[in-house]
Amino acid sequence: MVSRITNILIKEFIQLWRDKWGRFRLIVPPLIQLLLFGYAATFEVYHVSTAVLDLDRTQESRELIARFTSSNRLNIIKRAQSQDEIDALIDGSDAAVALIIHAGFANLLRKGQQAPLQVLVDGTNSNTALIALGYINTIAAQFSQDYVTDLAERTQGTKGMEQVQVTAVQRPWYNPDFNGRWFFVPGVIATITLVMVVNLTAFAVVREREVGTLEQIMVSPIRPAEFILGKTVPFFVVGLGIVGLVTIVGIFWFQIPFVGNPFLFAFGAMLYLLSLLALGLLISTVCSTQQQAFATNFFVVNPLFTLSGFSFPISSMPDVLQWLTYLNPLRYFLIVIRGTFLKGIGVGILWPDLLAMAAIATVLLAVSILRFRKSLE
Amino acid sequence: MKLRRLKAISLKELLQIWRDPRSLMIALLMPLTQMFLLGYGVTLDLKHIPVCTFDREASQNSQALLKRFEASSYFAIARNVPTYPALVDAIDRADCKIAMVIPPDFSERLNDTGSSTVQAILDATDDNTANIALGYALAVVSGYSADVALNALDRQGSQFQQIQPMTVQSRVWFNEDLESRNFIIPGVVAVILALIGAQLTSLTISREWERGTMELLISTPVKPSEVMIGKLAPYLALGWIDAAFCLIIAAFWFGVPFRGTIFTLFVTTTLFLIVVLGIGYLLSVLIRSQIGASRIALLLTMLPTTLLSGYVFPIDQMPKVIQDITYLVYSRYYVTIIKAIFLKGADIPALAMPILFLFIYATAVMVLAARAFRKSLD
Repeated sequence: MVSRITNILIKEFIQLWRDKWGRFRLIVPPLIQLLLFGYAATFEVYHVSTAVLDLDRTQESRELIARFTSSNRLNIIKRAQSQDEIDALIDGSDAAVALIIHAGFANLLRKGQQAPLQVLVDGTNSNTALIALGYINTIAAQFSQDYVTDLAERTQGTKGMEQVQVTAVQRPWYNPDFNGRWFFVPGVIATITLVMVVNLTAFAVVREREVGTLEQIMVSPIRPAEFILGKTVPFFVVGLGIVGLVTIVGIFWFQIPFVGNPFLFAFGAMLYLLSLLALGLLISTVCSTQQQAFATNFFVVNPLFTLSGFSFPISSMPDVLQWLTYLNPLRYFLIVIRGTFLKGIGVGILWPDLLAMAAIATVLLAVSILRFRKSLE
Repeated sequence: MKLRRLKAISLKELLQIWRDPRSLMIALLMPLTQMFLLGYGVTLDLKHIPVCTFDREASQNSQALLKRFEASSYFAIARNVPTYPALVDAIDRADCKIAMVIPPDFSERLNDTGSSTVQAILDATDDNTANIALGYALAVVSGYSADVALNALDRQGSQFQQIQPMTVQSRVWFNEDLESRNFIIPGVVAVILALIGAQLTSLTISREWERGTMELLISTPVKPSEVMIGKLAPYLALGWIDAAFCLIIAAFWFGVPFRGTIFTLFVTTTLFLIVVLGIGYLLSVLIRSQIGASRIALLLTMLPTTLLSGYVFPIDQMPKVIQDITYLVYSRYYVTIIKAIFLKGADIPALAMPILFLFIYATAVMVLAARAFRKSLD
């Protein structure tokens, strides 16, 4: 039995590794993808294109604008002359934010009345808009605060008013600079693995069937379980290689800290690969043509990728979808990979996720072996 | 080009689609199921952020502050932890995204010095959620702070009114309630169409090669352009059906405001479908094995359309090099177009640039595919 499995293994390895082009296709795409997507995926907001309309033209209005100019969150692209110009800039997506100071702004301030700063936001991308509004509010609040203190000093000669206040200090753990790349690069590593490995295995059996080599194999003394094993192990090895490669690039190129236990990470990655392989095999045994396998692959992988917590928080989804994510191996691996990279948490916390991946792998593998046996009869 | 031959090819392709009911079902069911799954799943709006509280003082003041977190719809109290290690554990287990810590001398300091601080400990692994949660937490605390200050002034009998010298009046355009669903769902439509398009056509020619029917096709008098158009036409029809499903669900089920015209939507969607189907066809002509064609199609579509098209991750925030690369990602143009049609009510002149790019893309793909096919005949 062992020699039969070794024979299939050798055949599969040769098929994967035979030509230069084949090797290229295994190694280069994951690397390029990581480099592209590692840089592309972020929700950080910097240099929001901003237009300014100052109808007041006073010292106060200029000082307020200067505060916005000096922030690296906003990028003043245009000092407009009229409201129409502002509207056109927002309409044409040239500016995402417009700050408008109406005439009389400084007068109101000096009289001790509330002076409005008008902010116009393009809400098309609600996330960017929300975050940009947050920055604008912070800068504006700081301006107000400073203005009050300044006024008190000038009028009363005191060092500001005694003001009763409660403030909150922030302690961001695990990612002190709120660096989006730290969150997304581990996620991209997991996602690239998902897309590549499922696709590799989805074609494994169905291809032999369509080309007609499956019958040849079946008349040989190889048993179904042996055949499946021989099909899986090479992809497992290749998958492990891909994970290792992109992880190393993530750590050294993107400088993502890895504070956890590398063995725990490797173990989690193996369970993840097994569940992906099992999923691919199931697709391969259920489908009868490569076209079907390909369609099913797209059909399954896209929701797995989107509904995993990769970018959209699971806690914000409706309950039914939250339950569905428990069937998604990527969900668990994202917890493991982010937990070991950034948080450094151990088996004590991650065991349910590891167990879940193992369970998914076992069930899917069992089903696909059964299906495969049945399809042969 | 003869209409009779075109018809024959289209008919043959239609038969092939019809006789593989499972693939056809996937092609028709995919937009429906994915629209519902993704439509509900893709949201960046944060509500009920789980928060842990660690009240080391347990006084009236501290409880009053924490009550505000309970009352806010942005937060949901996950747990009140009794000790610091319990707090660390709760964050490590991701039971809460944020923990509010009130120091043991909170009221004392407030009474003595007039100012006091609380701590907001954040699980910043997800920087975006943490950032937004922090913003909400600061707002809750400063609301409390303002009330405490007013109370103090009242007790002193002061007539002094605390007013903010400046207020920010913000107006949001196009997506007035800042609902993330409104900007993500049109993007989801683009992603689904890009995936379906590539999946439908990327195996059409390589399948003929692998099955040996290509030689038969070559021996007939059809021209390469006839094969291309004849093969693409039935898939364009399928693509229209899929697009209609997606767009109807987006507008009527999810209630994304639709401010444009059906005409603009139809023209641009057709152009995009031609591009995606054409790319699939081109791959199929270039790569003779189905497994190879599928792998490249997958590489070119699934992740690039979701990550590089501006569907959720804003392109202007990417490094310059990556921004330049996104011009190659054809979905980028359709994502821009469909968001503008839905939310801004843009018409064709306003979308001239992205439409022009899509048009160039479509022409280039068609010319390349026809040429590659001619070569592969030799």
